[in-house]
Amino acid sequence: MKKYIWPSIKLTLFMVLVLAVLYPALIAAVSKAAPGQGKGETVSVNGKVVGYENVGQRFTEDKYFNGRPSAVNYNAAGSGGSNKAASNPDYQKTVQERIDTFLAHNPGVKKEDIPAELVTASGSGLDPDLSPAAALIQVRRIAAVRHLSETKLMTLVSDHTERPLMGIAGPSKVNVLKLNVALDTLK
Amino acid sequence: MNSEITGVILTFIITLVIAFPLGKYIAKVFQGERTFTDFLNPVERFIFRICGIDPHKEMNWKQHMAALLSINLVWLIYAFFMLLFQSHLPLNPDGNPDMTPDLAFNTAISFLVNCNLQHYSGESGLTYFSQLFVITFLQFVSAATGVAAVAVLFRAFAEKTTEKLGNFFVFFTKTITRILLPLSIIMAIILVFNGTPASFDGKDSIVTMQGDSVQVSRGPAAGMIAIKHLGTNGGGWFGANSAHPLENPNYLTNMVEIIAQVILPMALIFAFGFFIRRRKLGYVIFGVMTIGMLTFMIPTLISEISGNPVLSHMGLKDITAMEGKEARIGVPASAYWQVMTTIISTGSVNSMHDSSMPLSGAMQMLGMMTNCFYGGKGVGLLNYFIFLIIAVFISGLMVGRTPEFMGRKVEAREMKIAAIIALFHPFLVLVGTALSAYFAAHHPQIAWSVQPSAWLNNPSNHGFSEMLYEYTSSSANNGSGFEGLADNNIFWNISTGIVMILGRFIPIIGPVAIAGILAKKKYIPESAGTLQTDTATFGIMTYAVIMIIAALAFFPALTLGPIAEYFQSF
Repeated sequence: MKKYIWPSIKLTLFMVLVLAVLYPALIAAVSKAAPGQGKGETVSVNGKVVGYENVGQRFTEDKYFNGRPSAVNYNAAGSGGSNKAASNPDYQKTVQERIDTFLAHNPGVKKEDIPAELVTASGSGLDPDLSPAAALIQVRRIAAVRHLSETKLMTLVSDHTERPLMGIAGPSKVNVLKLNVALDTLK
Repeated sequence: MNSEITGVILTFIITLVIAFPLGKYIAKVFQGERTFTDFLNPVERFIFRICGIDPHKEMNWKQHMAALLSINLVWLIYAFFMLLFQSHLPLNPDGNPDMTPDLAFNTAISFLVNCNLQHYSGESGLTYFSQLFVITFLQFVSAATGVAAVAVLFRAFAEKTTEKLGNFFVFFTKTITRILLPLSIIMAIILVFNGTPASFDGKDSIVTMQGDSVQVSRGPAAGMIAIKHLGTNGGGWFGANSAHPLENPNYLTNMVEIIAQVILPMALIFAFGFFIRRRKLGYVIFGVMTIGMLTFMIPTLISEISGNPVLSHMGLKDITAMEGKEARIGVPASAYWQVMTTIISTGSVNSMHDSSMPLSGAMQMLGMMTNCFYGGKGVGLLNYFIFLIIAVFISGLMVGRTPEFMGRKVEAREMKIAAIIALFHPFLVLVGTALSAYFAAHHPQIAWSVQPSAWLNNPSNHGFSEMLYEYTSSSANNGSGFEGLADNNIFWNISTGIVMILGRFIPIIGPVAIAGILAKKKYIPESAGTLQTDTATFGIMTYAVIMIIAALAFFPALTLGPIAEYFQSF
């Protein structure tokens, strides 16, 4: 083995230079041309950054479209899911509480109509999106709180719905942050 | 939902369309034939010259292994010390601390062996310097090591009787310059234009619309995420891996990432067929592996798409199994990923496996227990080769012929090696699980920094699955986890570290040794009495051997884990 150690060390040094210095530097340079300059795309209201487009944030107030439950409380300093198994009794209790909370905040919604994603935590804890159904079910509550017409809100949701990739692949979704920014501008 | 199924099928088709020509290209690269990347010839000559490597000097299998182990030893020492002292090194805008010695031991081995088991979270556990100089670096070189090892197999069966099997350093270097680096650059650029960060800025602090002060972790992630998939490594930049919305921003990037992790393992199978000029053998191997993939894929898709029955007990009509999954990805694409990432030894996740349905969990574990359907970078084919040799031997006995593979007699010595390798994986997994289950059951309050009673995030059978999954993932060098397990402590860091390093190098040395021994033997031309290995019949035989070995060895453990959970809760 001894005769291979020296070439190995030299090859290692060379590869570190290429793979850990030049390669990331190249990608960082290219990212300057990308939206967000490789720092993440931000969303601003009146010139003030209120969040990152791709990073979900906590929306629990009744006047906003609420996002999904999060195991890290939407603090993007970290990330992660609950890692709870469906068979776990504690987990079942948590889900039951979420259902009860949702019903309390959304009078008039029948329990069976609650979309599963609103009572289950996301994988990252930072899910920025909702399915259109999960946004639409909140329309009645928001309309009542904000004294807006439900039709207007439904149009808002459908305007913000992103179709599947090329119209054929993947789910439809709504970005919660962008939807709520637009919601604040509705009269 | 329909568009989500279409998405999965489309993903598989695109993978195939890329993998086939890529396989042809890889075969040419290793044969030294002309390719469109020949403009890199002077670069490679320069590398060999400054490193003192004679690219024309061919090695036998033992020299190959000596070179492979030497350079891996250099990387292990390098990585361990970098992680141990990372806070004293540059590029640490978030002020993250040094790793503890046991965590550095685990992490250095984990990335050295292409496993990428992570007992830390990237946001708080690593500096940008470590992410690039240790993690990204090892993700490239460990993948290239696997490919260089399988290239020995290619050479062993391409010629009649030979000891000369090419040069390890040449295979290794060309894998990086001709395959991994160009593909990574393309993929990283796709990622940055879809929102993955690539700049060196540290955490950002923001005040959200509801007035919460939060931080957002970032960093030069795109390049690492590209090689993490292309190299079937799987270790994430962020803690949540590819479920994180910056690591995997949309459905397009999700497709790109899952395609990227499958194309090279698939391409290597086609490359094998092209290289040894027996395309049909390549197609048969590909066919068996695809059937193996479907054996795990179909039950997983069904179990995930039919939803979580617990929600229906609570009175919901929509019971989509969304716990641990992301809205932009959805259930079918998450289920597809769960299977691909476990049969191939990537181990990146776009959903939390701990929260998947019990039967999906069983399929994920079976994927790692068989560990050869497509399989990891290079090592998938090497594992398959072991089962192939066993199938040759058993079929030979069944039909009363001398077992032969590719014109070489398979004799006692090769069979002993094959049998040891085939049993070594269950041995590592089951001994590890038994040991941890013993402590969890009988010494829950033992005076350790993290007591075994605090290890598990879920009770009962699922808790057992968390431990079984951890060792299966370590030994298969997969790296995914049932992440509820509290694994950053001395017991788990050391025990999985040992399992990972044994689970890497023994299953590389074994098949390469068999290939080397067979290559030296006298070539016997095919006759009417030769057992044909490139037929569908023999393919089914190999499939049966794989399933029987995996099922018999692991079935009792699976019964205690996910199978019992399934019958108890649903």
